[in-house]
Amino acid sequence: MDLSAQLPALIVIAPLLAAPLCVLVGNPRLAWGVALLTSVFCFAAALGLLQMLQHVDVLSYSMGGWAPPLGIELRIDALGALLLLLLGGSSVVVTLFALRSVEHEVALERQALFYTALMLVLAGLIGITVTGDIFNIFVFLEISSLSTYALISLGRDRRALFASFRYLVMGTIGATFILIGIGFMYVMTGTLNLQDLAERLPAVADTRAIRAAFAFLTIGLGLKAAMFPLHIWLPNAYAYSPSVVSAFLASTATKVAIYVLVRVLLSLYGAHFSLGELPFDKLLLVLGSVGIVAGSLVAIFQSNVKRMLAYSSIAQVGYILLAIGLASQPGFTAALLHLFNHAIIKGSLFLALGVVSFRFTGAKLADMAGLGKTMPWTMAAFVVGGLSLIGVPATAGFISKWYLVIALIDASLWPLAILVLFGSLLAVVYIGRVIEVAYYRQPARDLPRKQIPITMVGSLWLLTLGNVYFGLNTEFSLGLVSLAVSSLMGVGV
Amino acid sequence: MADFFGQFNYWVVVLLMMAGLYIVIASANLVKKLIGLSVFQASVFILYITFGKVSGGAPPILSPELEVYSNPLPHVLILTAIVVGVATTAVGLALIVRIHEAYGSTDEDEIDQMDDADDYPARK
Amino acid sequence: MSIQAHYLLMLLIPLLTAAGVVSLRRYPNLREAITLLGGGLLFSVVASLAATFDPAQPVTMTLLQPMQGISLALRLEPLGLLFALVASFLWPVTSLYAIGYMRAHHEKNQTRFYTAFAVSIFATMLITLSANLLTLFLAYEMLTLFTLPLVTHAGTKQARRAGWVYLGILMGTSIGFLLLAIVWTWALAGTLEFTPGGILNHETDGALLGALLVLYVFGTGKAALMPFHRWLPAAMVAPTPVSALLHAVAVVKAGVFTILKVVVYVFGVDLVGTLDSAYWLSLLAGFTIISASVVAMSLDNLKARLAYSTISQLSYIILAAMLGVSSGIIAGSLHIAMHAFAKITLFFCAGAILVAAHKTRVSELNGIGRSMPLTMTAFLIAALSVVGLPPFGGSWSKWWLLQATLDAHNSLLLLVLLVSSLLNLFYLVSIPLRAFFAAPADEAYNQGVREAPLPSLIAIIITMTGCLLLFLLVEPLWNLASGIV
Repeated sequence: MDLSAQLPALIVIAPLLAAPLCVLVGNPRLAWGVALLTSVFCFAAALGLLQMLQHVDVLSYSMGGWAPPLGIELRIDALGALLLLLLGGSSVVVTLFALRSVEHEVALERQALFYTALMLVLAGLIGITVTGDIFNIFVFLEISSLSTYALISLGRDRRALFASFRYLVMGTIGATFILIGIGFMYVMTGTLNLQDLAERLPAVADTRAIRAAFAFLTIGLGLKAAMFPLHIWLPNAYAYSPSVVSAFLASTATKVAIYVLVRVLLSLYGAHFSLGELPFDKLLLVLGSVGIVAGSLVAIFQSNVKRMLAYSSIAQVGYILLAIGLASQPGFTAALLHLFNHAIIKGSLFLALGVVSFRFTGAKLADMAGLGKTMPWTMAAFVVGGLSLIGVPATAGFISKWYLVIALIDASLWPLAILVLFGSLLAVVYIGRVIEVAYYRQPARDLPRKQIPITMVGSLWLLTLGNVYFGLNTEFSLGLVSLAVSSLMGVGV
Repeated sequence: MADFFGQFNYWVVVLLMMAGLYIVIASANLVKKLIGLSVFQASVFILYITFGKVSGGAPPILSPELEVYSNPLPHVLILTAIVVGVATTAVGLALIVRIHEAYGSTDEDEIDQMDDADDYPARK
Repeated sequence: MSIQAHYLLMLLIPLLTAAGVVSLRRYPNLREAITLLGGGLLFSVVASLAATFDPAQPVTMTLLQPMQGISLALRLEPLGLLFALVASFLWPVTSLYAIGYMRAHHEKNQTRFYTAFAVSIFATMLITLSANLLTLFLAYEMLTLFTLPLVTHAGTKQARRAGWVYLGILMGTSIGFLLLAIVWTWALAGTLEFTPGGILNHETDGALLGALLVLYVFGTGKAALMPFHRWLPAAMVAPTPVSALLHAVAVVKAGVFTILKVVVYVFGVDLVGTLDSAYWLSLLAGFTIISASVVAMSLDNLKARLAYSTISQLSYIILAAMLGVSSGIIAGSLHIAMHAFAKITLFFCAGAILVAAHKTRVSELNGIGRSMPLTMTAFLIAALSVVGLPPFGGSWSKWWLLQATLDAHNSLLLLVLLVSSLLNLFYLVSIPLRAFFAAPADEAYNQGVREAPLPSLIAIIITMTGCLLLFLLVEPLWNLASGIV
């Protein structure tokens, strides 16, 4: 049996099987071990799939041997491989971090269940990425979402419960909208396979049903991606969940939703229809811009640092959506590049806060007084992540900003280029606030010297160094993104 | 008129969908919100099943005498969606139980008030 | 030793000095010795590079290639060499001064101070060696960030507020205008490399190029062109050695250096001469010169007065660059060197007065010249250099600046320069005259005031002598500057 041929299926099945295994082993440390092994396997599988993509454009795998378009097909191309690497990598780093962080933040009897839910989220997200069947996307989306609701509710603060509930209600509405959209598309074309749909949609594109389907799909996905104004669930969900969950979600959840959105827009409907005939591109430009400004402005006034980063994430999603709205090759390149870079940046920032949470209970700005002295390495990592959000050269964030501004100038949208740079300046303010408190104020109380575990600092610095690496060497990230964009733009209605 | 009765199912779908959304948005009680969510999801189930019905079609069980069958695929999809709906409701109810333990209330406004008091203790 | 090795040493020496300072933090004397050693080594490397420098054969060293067609690279050209010589010479001198000042003033966090100083010099050296706009932008931003701890050194509320003004204006202009200009340049020219004669197509619409120039000049907040000048007086809250080296030499000179480099190597001097916006910018620079001088006259705080004098002097260079003639570029480049020595002397004296006599206001300085004769003599010499009188270095740059305005047929700006020199007399030279010839309020006023601490005094003498020597030995500098265009 050739293992590599089965990789597309194995990468989904592994975490799916690992989840009940975590429950069965019961012991938190063992559950952590299972989770870590699975994450490493997924990352390795992602690398393997990328390797296999050197020779072919697309990897296609028929589930159970049933041939598409009737059977469920797993389909991985360059964009999918990029996402898979991101998911696998985030999972490994976050699981490493989780060893001590979860012990500290989650009740003992629930720790094994934590890893179960984490594996289910991973399975769901990976499933969304590899599948070539649109209903499958819905199923995996719900798998990951439900597990996410459970994960968020494990936070220490009781507000995590309500945050999770609110996310549940909004997320379910969003997912149901997606379901409606899928239904309409199925009625008009008779197929659920993405490839097949793409071929059949042009014939029926002009019908009310398809346009309605498009609307439902994009709204549902926009809600999952935290597009303004459907972002309300995000700040509290990120702020009150365990640190590991915030970091993992910030790196993956919204990114995968945006991935599906890009698939629907480009692979399914084609850029000409979705961004040309329908005014969705202008809508994205507007909503993206508003998201950037609103997210950054609100972030400035937060006293809870995790909430501040959550609003910053909304702004960053705004950047990505703005870039997609440009409907051009530079635009899509910038969008996908920022998708990748931001995952690393936000992951590192939330992990830094996770280390801070290890010594304190809250993440209030006032708590961070004097951390520049007492936790120099953690704050240094935070500063690097912050500089990346601002877009200082030699960081990944600068590369994203560069490509975004170039794409905007290319489209002659000067006011929006200035808006993007203004967003960077707003980032200076909210990052500067944290740095001021951390470096220029005396530590509030005398804390016992707590040794920060090497797994936490190590995984934090892994992401931070990755941030700098991708700011100085874009051969890999840009290469993969360019490949993805060129294959995506080949399809058109 | 014939159109109206011919599209009766879809009218029901629209009614249920709007009713469900309204209940979710307008209710302060968390359990009621969840019920509204279920109603909303139920409307989608009816939508799909209605799609599957083929005019003059028999239930999709193979038989040598029949030629036209209703489409079984939407039924399969909906079974999956129903399961998802059940799981969602279960998670939601579990959360409500925990919320009730933590806050002593299942009313959204009261919970918001208690959270505000947490955030801004001086305002109490 | 190869030129590339020189480049690397220029960057590594300040970084290693910083590491040395941090590791030797428990041994103040050794720590200070490392700083001086690093400074001395850096200057010798730059001097050695100057000796072997051949402008006709530039040597490029690519460090990294983040994006296609855009690299982080080093290449020395005459303007960069001039700036590097000035900065690397004045770093050890300022360190010497700082040793006297910081100890006499019992400043806290001295290790952080010397470390931040060293990494700021690293950023400055990277600016001088930049081969393209990306490297320059990276080093420019690094300089802002590395000097922030120095500006906010005191840690007081006022210092923190000054830090926000500093950061806000400098990062605001650099991200909002300069980055936009750089990206736009990339979109227009397809390259970011500094090339003699410029990289922009002369056929492009003049209005667009004019707008681009405006973005560059306003984007260079470090050049303190109005209305983005407020950070300079705000930064005076920093200890005097910081004001001296960074805000008389490194930071502000990095600003005008950037403008000169953009004019010469991105646009091309001739192209700038044809742009309308360059004319308007030169008028704005002229306005800045006069209004900053007028403000300076009204200020009683000595360091604030010197800050506005700096704003005024920087606009001399901006004005010269906007004239669009090669003599303007040469004049501006020379003024970088002349003004650096003169201004640093002035700041050194201000700091000496603060430490020795605890006086910060001009009105308090009556008769202090009798107690601090050496300091006030240096002040007088430096002030005369700023005014532009022989036999001091500033006279040469003033002469060529006037010459450049004639070359550009701009008599208005000629007038501005002359008026400004007159105003300089009023607000700068009046200070040492007051110190020597005015009578103090009462006999006991200046009792107990002695000269500055010895290391600081030596530093003052060195820079004062520099002002004199630059007058006599201007030729090598002039040759270097002419090599730019």
